[in-house]
Amino acid sequence: MTLDWHWKSAREIRDAVQSGAVSALDVTEAYLRRIDAVEDKVDAYTQRWNDTARSMATKVDEKVRRGETAGPLAGVPVALKELLCTRTGKTTCASKMLENFRSPYDATVVRRLEEADAVFLGKVNMDEFAMGSSTENSAIKPTRNPWNLRCVPGGSSGGSAAAVSAGECALSLGSDTGGSIRQPACLCGCVGIKPTYGRVSRYGLVAFASSLDQVGPLTRTVEDAALTLNVICGRDAMDATSADLPVPDFTAALTGDIRGLRIGLPKEYFTDALSDQMREKIEAAIEVFRDHGATIVDVSLPCSEYAIAVYYIICTAEASANLARFDGVRYGFRHPEAKTMQEMYVMSKSAAFGPEVRRRIMLGTYVLSSGYYDAYYLKAQKVRRLIKKDFDAAFEQCDVIAGPTSPTPSFEFGAKSDNPLEMYLSDIYTISVNLATLPGMSVPCGLTEAGLPVGLQLMARPFEEETLLRAAHFYEQNRGFDMGRPPVA
Amino acid sequence: MTKISKQDVSYVASLAQLSLDEAAQERLVREMGDILAYMDTLNILDTSGVEPMMHALEMTNILREDVPGAPLPREEALKNAPVDNGEHFIVPIILEGEDGS
Repeated sequence: MTLDWHWKSAREIRDAVQSGAVSALDVTEAYLRRIDAVEDKVDAYTQRWNDTARSMATKVDEKVRRGETAGPLAGVPVALKELLCTRTGKTTCASKMLENFRSPYDATVVRRLEEADAVFLGKVNMDEFAMGSSTENSAIKPTRNPWNLRCVPGGSSGGSAAAVSAGECALSLGSDTGGSIRQPACLCGCVGIKPTYGRVSRYGLVAFASSLDQVGPLTRTVEDAALTLNVICGRDAMDATSADLPVPDFTAALTGDIRGLRIGLPKEYFTDALSDQMREKIEAAIEVFRDHGATIVDVSLPCSEYAIAVYYIICTAEASANLARFDGVRYGFRHPEAKTMQEMYVMSKSAAFGPEVRRRIMLGTYVLSSGYYDAYYLKAQKVRRLIKKDFDAAFEQCDVIAGPTSPTPSFEFGAKSDNPLEMYLSDIYTISVNLATLPGMSVPCGLTEAGLPVGLQLMARPFEEETLLRAAHFYEQNRGFDMGRPPVA
Repeated sequence: MTKISKQDVSYVASLAQLSLDEAAQERLVREMGDILAYMDTLNILDTSGVEPMMHALEMTNILREDVPGAPLPREEALKNAPVDNGEHFIVPIILEGEDGS
Protein backbone atom coordinates (compact mmCIF):
# COMPACT_ATOMS: atom_id res chain seq x y z
CA MET A 1 0.00 0.00 0.00
CA THR A 2 2.74 2.46 0.93
CA LEU A 3 4.62 1.40 -2.17
CA ASP A 4 2.96 3.84 -4.56
CA TRP A 5 2.61 6.96 -2.44
CA HIS A 6 5.09 8.68 -4.72
CA TRP A 7 2.54 8.59 -7.56
CA LYS A 8 -0.41 9.82 -5.50
CA SER A 9 -1.69 13.33 -5.96
CA ALA A 10 -1.19 15.98 -3.29
CA ARG A 11 -4.94 15.87 -2.70
CA GLU A 12 -4.92 12.12 -2.03
CA ILE A 13 -1.93 12.45 0.29
CA ARG A 14 -3.46 15.39 2.15
CA ASP A 15 -6.79 13.59 2.66
CA ALA A 16 -5.10 10.40 3.85
CA VAL A 17 -2.82 12.25 6.26
CA GLN A 18 -5.60 14.45 7.65
CA SER A 19 -7.82 11.43 8.28
CA GLY A 20 -5.02 9.43 9.84
CA ALA A 21 -5.18 6.73 7.14
CA VAL A 22 -1.43 7.13 6.60
CA SER A 23 1.25 8.97 8.54
CA ALA A 24 3.02 11.91 6.96
CA LEU A 25 6.25 10.21 7.95
CA ASP A 26 5.40 7.07 5.95
CA VAL A 27 4.58 9.19 2.91
CA THR A 28 7.83 11.11 3.34
CA GLU A 29 9.83 7.89 3.64
CA ALA A 30 8.21 6.60 0.44
CA TYR A 31 9.35 9.74 -1.40
CA LEU A 32 12.85 9.55 0.06
CA ARG A 33 13.11 5.98 -1.24
CA ARG A 34 11.81 7.06 -4.62
CA ILE A 35 14.41 9.82 -4.82
CA ASP A 36 17.12 7.31 -3.87
CA ALA A 37 15.93 5.03 -6.68
CA VAL A 38 15.83 7.50 -9.59
CA GLU A 39 17.84 10.57 -8.66
CA ASP A 40 21.13 9.34 -10.16
CA LYS A 41 19.33 9.29 -13.52
CA VAL A 42 17.26 12.49 -13.21
CA ASP A 43 19.49 14.75 -11.07
CA ALA A 44 16.65 17.11 -10.16
CA TYR A 45 17.73 17.82 -6.59
CA THR A 46 20.50 20.23 -5.66
CA GLN A 47 19.90 19.82 -1.91
CA ARG A 48 18.23 16.98 -0.08
CA TRP A 49 16.75 17.80 3.31
CA ASN A 50 16.00 14.31 4.64
CA ASP A 51 16.18 15.28 8.31
CA THR A 52 14.11 18.43 7.81
CA ALA A 53 11.53 16.42 5.87
CA ARG A 54 11.24 13.77 8.60
CA SER A 55 10.94 16.35 11.34
CA MET A 56 8.29 18.37 9.43
CA ALA A 57 6.35 15.15 8.76
CA THR A 58 6.57 14.13 12.42
CA LYS A 59 5.13 17.49 13.49
CA VAL A 60 2.18 17.00 11.14
CA ASP A 61 1.61 13.49 12.53
CA GLU A 62 1.64 14.83 16.09
CA LYS A 63 -0.98 17.40 15.11
CA VAL A 64 -3.19 14.67 13.69
CA ARG A 65 -2.65 12.51 16.76
CA ARG A 66 -3.69 15.39 19.03
CA GLY A 67 -6.93 15.60 17.07
CA GLU A 68 -6.14 18.99 15.49
CA THR A 69 -7.03 19.64 11.87
CA ALA A 70 -3.84 19.42 9.86
CA GLY A 71 -3.32 22.07 7.15
CA PRO A 72 -4.52 22.03 3.54
CA LEU A 73 -1.24 20.48 2.35
CA ALA A 74 -0.80 18.18 5.33
CA GLY A 75 2.11 15.83 4.76
CA VAL A 76 2.47 16.71 1.07
CA PRO A 77 6.13 16.33 0.00
CA VAL A 78 7.32 19.45 -1.82
CA ALA A 79 10.48 20.48 -3.70
CA LEU A 80 11.51 24.15 -3.85
CA LYS A 81 13.30 25.92 -6.68
CA GLU A 82 16.82 27.06 -5.79
CA LEU A 83 15.88 30.77 -6.01
CA LEU A 84 13.34 30.72 -3.19
CA CYS A 85 14.85 31.99 0.05
CA THR A 86 14.81 29.41 2.82
CA ARG A 87 16.30 29.53 6.32
CA THR A 88 16.96 25.81 5.87
CA GLY A 89 19.91 24.93 3.66
CA LYS A 90 21.24 27.27 1.01
CA THR A 91 19.69 29.53 -1.62
CA THR A 92 22.14 29.31 -4.50
CA CYS A 93 20.12 30.31 -7.60
CA ALA A 94 22.27 27.58 -9.20
CA SER A 95 25.08 30.15 -9.36
CA LYS A 96 28.64 30.22 -8.15
CA MET A 97 27.77 33.76 -6.95
CA LEU A 98 25.51 32.38 -4.20
CA GLU A 99 26.99 28.91 -3.70
CA ASN A 100 27.30 29.45 0.06
CA PHE A 101 24.38 31.84 0.61
CA ARG A 102 22.16 31.05 3.59
CA SER A 103 19.06 33.20 3.68
CA PRO A 104 18.23 34.73 7.07
CA TYR A 105 14.51 34.48 6.25
CA ASP A 106 11.96 32.34 4.40
CA ALA A 107 10.22 33.55 1.25
CA THR A 108 6.53 34.26 1.93
CA VAL A 109 5.48 31.33 -0.31
CA VAL A 110 7.77 29.01 1.64
CA ARG A 111 6.36 30.21 4.97
CA ARG A 112 2.81 29.73 3.70
CA LEU A 113 3.54 26.17 2.54
CA GLU A 114 5.03 25.37 5.93
CA GLU A 115 2.00 26.84 7.70
CA ALA A 116 -0.16 24.61 5.50
CA ASP A 117 1.74 21.58 6.90
CA ALA A 118 3.62 20.70 3.70
CA VAL A 119 6.88 18.73 4.02
CA PHE A 120 10.03 20.04 2.31
CA LEU A 121 12.17 17.38 0.62
CA GLY A 122 14.82 19.83 -0.53
CA LYS A 123 15.67 22.20 -3.34
CA VAL A 124 15.77 21.59 -7.06
CA ASN A 125 17.86 22.66 -10.01
CA MET A 126 17.33 25.58 -12.41
CA ASP A 127 19.11 27.70 -14.98
CA GLU A 128 21.45 30.12 -13.20
CA PHE A 129 19.35 33.04 -11.87
CA ALA A 130 16.41 31.59 -13.88
CA MET A 131 18.02 32.60 -17.18
CA GLY A 132 17.48 29.82 -19.67
CA SER A 133 15.02 27.38 -21.18
CA SER A 134 16.80 24.04 -20.64
CA THR A 135 18.42 24.08 -17.16
CA GLU A 136 21.74 23.65 -19.02
CA ASN A 137 22.81 27.01 -17.56
CA SER A 138 22.89 25.65 -14.01
CA ALA A 139 26.32 26.10 -12.46
CA ILE A 140 25.64 22.98 -10.37
CA LYS A 141 24.79 20.21 -12.86
CA PRO A 142 22.46 19.30 -15.70
CA THR A 143 19.03 17.82 -14.93
CA ARG A 144 17.62 15.18 -17.28
CA ASN A 145 14.09 14.78 -18.63
CA PRO A 146 12.45 11.71 -17.02
CA TRP A 147 10.74 10.91 -20.34
CA ASN A 148 14.08 10.67 -22.16
CA LEU A 149 17.32 11.03 -20.28
CA ARG A 150 19.16 12.35 -23.37
CA CYS A 151 16.79 15.32 -23.44
CA VAL A 152 16.57 18.51 -21.39
CA PRO A 153 13.76 19.05 -18.85
CA GLY A 154 13.17 22.60 -20.12
CA GLY A 155 13.80 25.62 -17.98
CA SER A 156 14.35 27.56 -16.03
CA SER A 157 12.34 25.51 -13.47
CA GLY A 158 13.72 22.27 -14.97
CA GLY A 159 14.47 20.62 -11.62
CA SER A 160 10.94 21.40 -10.38
CA ALA A 161 9.34 19.84 -13.47
CA ALA A 162 11.61 16.79 -13.58
CA ALA A 163 11.08 16.06 -9.87
CA VAL A 164 7.26 16.21 -10.19
CA SER A 165 7.27 14.14 -13.35
CA ALA A 166 9.58 11.43 -11.97
CA GLY A 167 7.57 11.02 -8.74
CA GLU A 168 10.36 12.60 -6.67
CA CYS A 169 7.94 15.03 -5.01
CA ALA A 170 4.16 15.47 -5.01
CA LEU A 171 4.43 19.07 -6.15
CA SER A 172 7.04 21.77 -6.49
CA LEU A 173 7.29 25.51 -6.63
CA GLY A 174 8.91 27.21 -9.59
CA SER A 175 9.05 30.75 -10.89
CA ASP A 176 8.04 32.08 -14.28
CA THR A 177 9.48 35.24 -15.86
CA GLY A 178 8.95 34.32 -19.53
CA GLY A 179 7.72 30.73 -19.39
CA SER A 180 9.96 29.18 -16.75
CA ILE A 181 7.11 27.24 -15.12
CA ARG A 182 4.97 26.47 -18.19
CA GLN A 183 7.70 25.40 -20.65
CA PRO A 184 9.40 22.83 -18.36
CA ALA A 185 5.94 21.61 -17.24
CA CYS A 186 5.14 21.10 -20.93
CA LEU A 187 8.43 19.32 -21.71
CA CYS A 188 8.16 17.03 -18.65
CA GLY A 189 4.44 16.26 -18.95
CA CYS A 190 3.16 17.99 -15.83
CA VAL A 191 0.79 20.81 -14.95
CA GLY A 192 2.29 24.27 -14.42
CA ILE A 193 0.61 27.58 -13.71
CA LYS A 194 1.95 31.11 -13.72
CA PRO A 195 -0.51 33.18 -11.72
CA THR A 196 -1.42 36.78 -12.60
CA TYR A 197 1.33 39.25 -11.79
CA GLY A 198 0.60 40.35 -8.20
CA ARG A 199 -1.38 37.24 -7.25
CA VAL A 200 1.52 35.69 -5.32
CA SER A 201 4.02 37.49 -3.11
CA ARG A 202 7.52 37.80 -4.56
CA TYR A 203 9.07 38.41 -1.13
CA GLY A 204 12.03 36.05 -0.89
CA LEU A 205 12.03 35.17 -4.58
CA VAL A 206 15.48 36.23 -5.78
CA ALA A 207 14.69 38.83 -8.43
CA PHE A 208 15.44 38.32 -12.12
CA ALA A 209 13.03 40.73 -13.90
CA SER A 210 10.81 42.34 -11.29
CA SER A 211 7.96 43.42 -13.58
CA LEU A 212 7.60 39.86 -14.96
CA ASP A 213 8.56 37.40 -12.18
CA GLN A 214 5.89 35.31 -10.51
CA VAL A 215 5.95 32.17 -8.33
CA GLY A 216 3.69 29.23 -9.12
CA PRO A 217 3.21 25.48 -8.66
CA LEU A 218 4.14 22.50 -10.84
CA THR A 219 1.93 19.51 -10.11
CA ARG A 220 0.70 16.21 -11.57
CA THR A 221 -2.98 17.25 -11.53
CA VAL A 222 -4.92 20.46 -12.07
CA GLU A 223 -6.64 20.00 -8.71
CA ASP A 224 -3.25 19.97 -6.98
CA ALA A 225 -2.39 23.26 -8.69
CA ALA A 226 -5.63 24.76 -7.35
CA LEU A 227 -4.88 23.44 -3.84
CA THR A 228 -1.42 25.01 -3.93
CA LEU A 229 -2.73 28.35 -5.18
CA ASN A 230 -5.17 28.39 -2.25
CA VAL A 231 -2.14 28.37 0.03
CA ILE A 232 0.34 30.67 -1.73
CA CYS A 233 -1.87 33.44 -3.18
CA GLY A 234 -2.83 36.66 -1.49
CA ARG A 235 -1.71 40.04 -0.28
CA ASP A 236 1.59 40.20 1.58
CA ALA A 237 2.72 43.31 3.43
CA MET A 238 6.30 42.43 2.43
CA ASP A 239 5.56 42.82 -1.31
CA ALA A 240 3.90 46.11 -2.26
CA THR A 241 3.07 44.72 -5.73
CA SER A 242 1.05 41.83 -4.29
CA ALA A 243 -2.62 42.43 -5.05
CA ASP A 244 -5.04 43.26 -2.27
CA LEU A 245 -7.79 41.04 -3.63
CA PRO A 246 -9.73 38.26 -1.97
CA VAL A 247 -8.36 34.76 -2.67
CA PRO A 248 -11.17 32.41 -3.68
CA ASP A 249 -11.21 28.68 -3.01
CA PHE A 250 -9.73 27.75 -6.38
CA THR A 251 -10.84 24.12 -6.06
CA ALA A 252 -14.47 25.34 -6.17
CA ALA A 253 -13.83 26.40 -9.79
CA LEU A 254 -13.26 22.78 -10.85
CA THR A 255 -16.88 22.16 -11.78
CA GLY A 256 -16.33 20.12 -14.93
CA ASP A 257 -18.81 22.39 -16.71
CA ILE A 258 -17.49 24.38 -19.65
CA ARG A 259 -20.75 24.96 -21.50
CA GLY A 260 -20.76 28.44 -22.95
CA LEU A 261 -17.04 28.93 -22.39
CA ARG A 262 -15.54 30.83 -25.31
CA ILE A 263 -12.08 29.63 -26.31
CA GLY A 264 -10.01 31.85 -28.56
CA LEU A 265 -7.40 30.47 -30.95
CA PRO A 266 -4.86 33.14 -31.93
CA LYS A 267 -3.96 32.62 -35.57
CA GLU A 268 -0.43 33.85 -34.83
CA TYR A 269 0.15 30.77 -32.62
CA PHE A 270 -0.60 28.26 -35.37
CA THR A 271 1.96 29.22 -37.99
CA ASP A 272 4.83 27.18 -39.47
CA ALA A 273 6.88 27.87 -36.34
CA LEU A 274 4.76 25.19 -34.64
CA SER A 275 5.99 21.69 -35.36
CA ASP A 276 3.45 19.32 -36.93
CA GLN A 277 3.55 16.85 -34.07
CA MET A 278 2.71 19.63 -31.60
CA ARG A 279 -0.01 21.09 -33.81
CA GLU A 280 -1.79 17.76 -34.13
CA LYS A 281 -2.00 17.30 -30.34
CA ILE A 282 -3.09 20.89 -29.70
CA GLU A 283 -5.83 20.68 -32.33
CA ALA A 284 -7.06 17.39 -30.86
CA ALA A 285 -7.23 19.06 -27.44
CA ILE A 286 -9.29 21.93 -28.84
CA GLU A 287 -11.73 19.36 -30.28
CA VAL A 288 -12.35 18.02 -26.77
CA PHE A 289 -13.55 21.46 -25.74
CA ARG A 290 -15.64 21.87 -28.88
CA ASP A 291 -17.28 18.45 -28.41
CA HIS A 292 -18.42 19.38 -24.91
CA GLY A 293 -20.14 22.66 -25.58
CA ALA A 294 -17.39 25.26 -25.64
CA THR A 295 -17.48 27.87 -28.39
CA ILE A 296 -14.27 28.09 -30.39
CA VAL A 297 -13.52 31.50 -31.85
CA ASP A 298 -10.67 32.78 -33.98
CA VAL A 299 -8.82 35.69 -32.43
CA SER A 300 -5.77 37.69 -33.41
CA LEU A 301 -2.81 38.91 -31.39
CA PRO A 302 -1.11 40.97 -34.11
CA CYS A 303 1.92 42.00 -32.05
CA SER A 304 2.88 38.41 -31.14
CA GLU A 305 5.82 38.39 -33.51
CA TYR A 306 7.41 41.27 -31.58
CA ALA A 307 7.05 39.69 -28.15
CA ILE A 308 10.47 38.03 -28.03
CA ALA A 309 12.26 41.24 -28.94
CA VAL A 310 10.28 43.19 -26.33
CA TYR A 311 10.82 40.52 -23.72
CA TYR A 312 14.59 40.24 -24.15
CA ILE A 313 14.95 44.02 -23.93
CA ILE A 314 12.83 44.39 -20.78
CA CYS A 315 14.02 41.29 -18.95
CA THR A 316 17.70 41.95 -19.60
CA ALA A 317 17.33 45.62 -18.59
CA GLU A 318 15.66 44.64 -15.33
CA ALA A 319 18.16 41.82 -14.78
CA SER A 320 21.13 44.13 -15.24
CA ALA A 321 19.71 46.41 -12.54
CA ASN A 322 18.73 43.57 -10.17
CA LEU A 323 22.01 41.70 -10.47
CA ALA A 324 24.05 44.83 -9.76
CA ARG A 325 23.39 44.08 -6.07
CA PHE A 326 25.87 41.19 -6.17
CA ASP A 327 28.80 43.38 -5.28
CA GLY A 328 30.67 41.03 -2.94
CA VAL A 329 30.07 43.23 0.14
CA ARG A 330 27.26 41.78 2.25
CA TYR A 331 26.80 38.32 0.75
CA GLY A 332 27.75 36.33 -2.30
CA PHE A 333 31.11 35.61 -3.85
CA ARG A 334 34.04 37.95 -3.27
CA HIS A 335 37.15 37.37 -5.32
CA PRO A 336 39.99 36.60 -2.88
CA GLU A 337 42.58 38.49 -4.94
CA ALA A 338 40.70 41.79 -5.17
CA LYS A 339 42.79 44.57 -3.63
CA THR A 340 40.50 47.57 -4.10
CA MET A 341 36.75 48.19 -4.10
CA GLN A 342 36.65 48.48 -7.88
CA GLU A 343 38.60 45.24 -8.28
CA MET A 344 36.25 43.56 -5.81
CA TYR A 345 33.20 44.46 -7.93
CA VAL A 346 34.70 43.56 -11.28
CA MET A 347 36.65 40.44 -10.32
CA SER A 348 33.83 38.99 -8.19
CA LYS A 349 31.13 39.43 -10.84
CA SER A 350 33.33 38.30 -13.69
CA ALA A 351 34.40 35.12 -11.90
CA ALA A 352 31.05 34.13 -10.38
CA PHE A 353 28.45 34.80 -13.11
CA GLY A 354 28.14 32.20 -15.87
CA PRO A 355 28.12 33.00 -19.61
CA GLU A 356 24.34 33.42 -20.04
CA VAL A 357 24.02 35.66 -16.99
CA ARG A 358 26.94 37.80 -18.23
CA ARG A 359 25.36 37.97 -21.70
CA ARG A 360 22.06 39.21 -20.26
CA ILE A 361 23.74 41.76 -18.00
CA MET A 362 25.62 43.03 -21.06
CA LEU A 363 22.47 43.25 -23.20
CA GLY A 364 20.53 44.92 -20.39
CA THR A 365 23.27 47.42 -19.74
CA TYR A 366 23.45 48.19 -23.45
CA VAL A 367 19.70 48.80 -23.93
CA LEU A 368 19.63 51.08 -20.88
CA SER A 369 22.78 52.98 -21.79
CA SER A 370 22.79 56.60 -22.84
CA GLY A 371 21.98 56.93 -26.54
CA TYR A 372 20.19 53.56 -26.77
CA TYR A 373 17.58 53.89 -24.02
CA ASP A 374 14.89 55.42 -26.29
CA ALA A 375 15.60 53.13 -29.22
CA TYR A 376 15.42 49.91 -27.19
CA TYR A 377 14.07 50.18 -23.66
CA LEU A 378 11.45 52.88 -24.19
CA LYS A 379 10.44 51.36 -27.53
CA ALA A 380 10.01 47.96 -25.85
CA GLN A 381 7.81 49.46 -23.12
CA LYS A 382 5.58 50.96 -25.80
CA VAL A 383 5.28 47.70 -27.69
CA ARG A 384 4.61 45.94 -24.38
CA ARG A 385 1.55 48.21 -24.09
CA LEU A 386 0.44 47.18 -27.61
CA ILE A 387 0.82 43.51 -26.70
CA LYS A 388 -1.35 44.03 -23.62
CA LYS A 389 -3.96 45.84 -25.75
CA ASP A 390 -4.00 42.89 -28.18
CA PHE A 391 -4.97 40.62 -25.29
CA ASP A 392 -7.57 43.07 -23.95
CA ALA A 393 -9.21 43.09 -27.39
CA ALA A 394 -9.02 39.29 -27.76
CA PHE A 395 -10.58 38.79 -24.32
CA GLU A 396 -13.64 40.74 -25.46
CA GLN A 397 -14.32 37.85 -27.84
CA CYS A 398 -13.34 34.93 -25.62
CA ASP A 399 -12.81 33.86 -22.00
CA VAL A 400 -9.75 31.66 -22.46
CA ILE A 401 -7.03 31.72 -25.11
CA ALA A 402 -5.63 28.32 -26.08
CA GLY A 403 -2.52 27.32 -27.97
CA PRO A 404 0.76 25.45 -27.64
CA THR A 405 3.08 26.01 -24.68
CA SER A 406 6.25 25.32 -26.65
CA PRO A 407 6.97 25.23 -30.40
CA THR A 408 8.74 21.86 -30.07
CA PRO A 409 8.90 18.99 -27.60
CA SER A 410 12.02 18.50 -25.49
CA PHE A 411 15.36 18.50 -27.29
CA GLU A 412 18.74 16.87 -26.71
CA PHE A 413 21.45 18.41 -24.56
CA GLY A 414 23.56 20.86 -26.53
CA ALA A 415 21.02 21.22 -29.35
CA LYS A 416 20.49 24.94 -28.72
CA SER A 417 23.09 25.87 -26.16
CA ASP A 418 25.55 27.31 -28.70
CA ASN A 419 22.99 29.70 -30.15
CA PRO A 420 21.44 32.03 -27.57
CA LEU A 421 18.96 33.56 -30.04
CA GLU A 422 17.63 30.14 -31.01
CA MET A 423 17.22 29.26 -27.32
CA TYR A 424 15.34 32.55 -26.80
CA LEU A 425 12.92 31.61 -29.60
CA SER A 426 11.76 28.56 -27.63
CA ASP A 427 9.88 31.02 -25.37
CA ILE A 428 7.79 32.33 -28.26
CA TYR A 429 4.37 31.24 -26.94
CA THR A 430 4.90 31.87 -23.25
CA ILE A 431 6.46 35.32 -22.87
CA SER A 432 3.44 37.39 -23.98
CA VAL A 433 1.56 36.18 -20.90
CA ASN A 434 4.24 37.70 -18.66
CA LEU A 435 4.43 40.91 -20.67
CA ALA A 436 0.64 41.30 -20.43
CA THR A 437 0.68 40.22 -16.72
CA LEU A 438 -1.90 37.46 -17.37
CA PRO A 439 -2.32 34.07 -15.71
CA GLY A 440 -1.15 31.21 -17.94
CA MET A 441 -1.06 27.47 -17.60
CA SER A 442 0.32 24.37 -19.31
CA VAL A 443 -1.62 21.09 -19.20
CA PRO A 444 -0.31 17.81 -20.69
CA CYS A 445 -2.12 16.92 -23.91
CA GLY A 446 -0.32 13.84 -25.21
CA LEU A 447 2.96 12.32 -26.28
CA THR A 448 4.78 12.58 -29.58
CA GLU A 449 5.67 9.41 -31.50
CA ALA A 450 9.06 9.58 -29.82
CA GLY A 451 7.32 9.52 -26.45
CA LEU A 452 7.92 13.14 -25.46
CA PRO A 453 5.17 15.16 -23.71
CA VAL A 454 3.21 17.94 -25.41
CA GLY A 455 1.50 20.73 -23.46
CA LEU A 456 -1.61 22.78 -24.13
CA GLN A 457 -1.29 26.37 -22.98
CA LEU A 458 -4.31 28.24 -21.62
CA MET A 459 -4.43 31.95 -20.77
CA ALA A 460 -7.08 34.08 -19.10
CA ARG A 461 -7.80 37.68 -18.08
CA PRO A 462 -5.87 39.07 -15.12
CA PHE A 463 -6.97 37.50 -11.80
CA GLU A 464 -9.20 34.96 -13.56
CA GLU A 465 -7.20 31.91 -12.50
CA GLU A 466 -10.54 30.25 -11.72
CA THR A 467 -11.56 30.29 -15.40
CA LEU A 468 -8.17 28.91 -16.34
CA LEU A 469 -8.35 26.11 -13.77
CA ARG A 470 -11.92 25.24 -14.72
CA ALA A 471 -10.96 24.85 -18.39
CA ALA A 472 -7.75 22.94 -17.59
CA HIS A 473 -9.48 20.61 -15.16
CA PHE A 474 -12.29 19.92 -17.61
CA TYR A 475 -9.75 19.04 -20.29
CA GLU A 476 -7.70 16.83 -17.98
CA GLN A 477 -10.83 14.87 -16.98
CA ASN A 478 -12.13 14.53 -20.54
CA ARG A 479 -9.07 14.21 -22.77
CA GLY A 480 -9.77 10.49 -23.10
CA PHE A 481 -6.31 9.12 -22.37
CA ASP A 482 -3.90 8.81 -19.51
CA MET A 483 -0.52 10.50 -19.83
CA GLY A 484 1.06 7.46 -18.21
CA ARG A 485 4.35 7.71 -16.39
CA PRO A 486 7.82 8.49 -17.66
CA PRO A 487 9.96 5.43 -18.39
CA VAL A 488 12.54 6.32 -15.74
CA ALA A 489 12.65 3.29 -13.43
CA MET B 1 20.76 48.37 -38.43
CA THR B 2 22.71 48.40 -35.20
CA LYS B 3 26.12 46.83 -35.45
CA ILE B 4 28.06 46.43 -32.28
CA SER B 5 31.84 46.74 -32.31
CA LYS B 6 34.45 45.27 -30.01
CA GLN B 7 34.91 48.76 -28.66
CA ASP B 8 31.19 48.95 -27.80
CA VAL B 9 31.36 45.59 -26.03
CA SER B 10 34.33 46.71 -24.02
CA TYR B 11 32.58 49.99 -23.08
CA VAL B 12 29.37 48.21 -22.01
CA ALA B 13 31.43 45.69 -20.01
CA SER B 14 33.01 48.59 -18.10
CA LEU B 15 29.54 50.01 -17.34
CA ALA B 16 28.42 46.57 -16.15
CA GLN B 17 31.58 46.11 -14.05
CA LEU B 18 32.55 42.98 -15.94
CA SER B 19 35.97 42.06 -17.20
CA LEU B 20 35.90 39.89 -20.31
CA ASP B 21 38.79 38.10 -21.95
CA GLU B 22 39.52 38.43 -25.65
CA ALA B 23 37.54 35.32 -26.64
CA ALA B 24 34.49 36.31 -24.58
CA GLN B 25 34.51 39.78 -26.13
CA GLU B 26 34.65 38.42 -29.66
CA ARG B 27 31.83 36.02 -28.91
CA LEU B 28 29.70 38.82 -27.52
CA VAL B 29 30.33 41.03 -30.55
CA ARG B 30 28.76 38.28 -32.67
CA GLU B 31 25.98 37.23 -30.26
CA MET B 32 24.91 40.72 -29.19
CA GLY B 33 25.04 41.81 -32.82
CA ASP B 34 22.62 39.01 -33.78
CA ILE B 35 20.30 39.64 -30.85
CA LEU B 36 20.24 43.42 -31.29
CA ALA B 37 19.58 43.02 -35.00
CA TYR B 38 16.63 40.83 -34.09
CA MET B 39 15.42 43.47 -31.62
CA ASP B 40 15.57 46.09 -34.36
CA THR B 41 12.47 44.46 -35.90
CA LEU B 42 10.54 46.60 -33.38
CA ASN B 43 11.34 49.64 -35.51
CA ILE B 44 8.79 48.45 -38.07
CA LEU B 45 6.03 49.30 -35.59
CA ASP B 46 4.70 52.83 -35.36
CA THR B 47 4.46 53.56 -31.63
CA SER B 48 3.93 57.30 -31.79
CA GLY B 49 1.33 58.26 -29.21
CA VAL B 50 1.61 54.94 -27.36
CA GLU B 51 2.02 55.33 -23.61
CA PRO B 52 4.99 53.20 -22.48
CA MET B 53 4.00 50.41 -20.08
CA MET B 54 6.34 51.35 -17.27
CA HIS B 55 4.74 49.22 -14.57
CA ALA B 56 3.29 45.74 -14.54
CA LEU B 57 0.36 46.89 -12.41
CA GLU B 58 -1.19 50.27 -12.98
CA MET B 59 -1.45 51.14 -9.33
CA THR B 60 -0.82 54.26 -7.34
CA ASN B 61 1.29 54.56 -4.22
CA ILE B 62 0.62 51.99 -1.54
CA LEU B 63 0.80 53.64 1.87
CA ARG B 64 0.99 51.99 5.26
CA GLU B 65 1.48 52.99 8.85
CA ASP B 66 5.15 53.36 9.73
CA VAL B 67 5.31 50.79 12.50
CA PRO B 68 8.73 49.70 13.74
CA GLY B 69 9.31 45.95 13.50
CA ALA B 70 12.05 43.66 14.73
CA PRO B 71 15.24 44.21 12.71
CA LEU B 72 17.43 41.36 11.50
CA PRO B 73 19.80 40.52 14.39
CA ARG B 74 23.35 41.70 13.66
CA GLU B 75 24.85 38.20 13.61
CA GLU B 76 22.17 37.11 11.12
CA ALA B 77 22.89 40.12 8.92
CA LEU B 78 26.60 39.40 9.00
CA LYS B 79 26.49 35.62 8.61
CA ASN B 80 26.86 35.73 4.82
CA ALA B 81 29.49 38.47 4.78
CA PRO B 82 32.61 37.48 2.84
CA VAL B 83 34.61 39.46 5.43
CA ASP B 84 33.37 41.03 8.68
CA ASN B 85 34.69 41.96 12.11
CA GLY B 86 31.66 40.92 14.13
CA GLU B 87 30.14 44.40 13.91
CA HIS B 88 30.68 45.61 10.35
CA PHE B 89 31.09 44.42 6.78
CA ILE B 90 34.74 44.81 5.88
CA VAL B 91 35.62 45.99 2.37
CA PRO B 92 38.93 46.66 0.61
CA ILE B 93 40.39 50.16 0.64
CA ILE B 94 38.35 52.76 -1.23
CA LEU B 95 40.79 55.68 -1.28
CA GLU B 96 44.55 55.56 -1.73
CA GLY B 97 46.43 55.92 1.55
CA GLU B 98 43.59 54.62 3.74
CA ASP B 99 45.67 51.65 4.76
CA GLY B 100 48.57 53.96 5.68
CA SER B 101 50.46 53.41 2.41
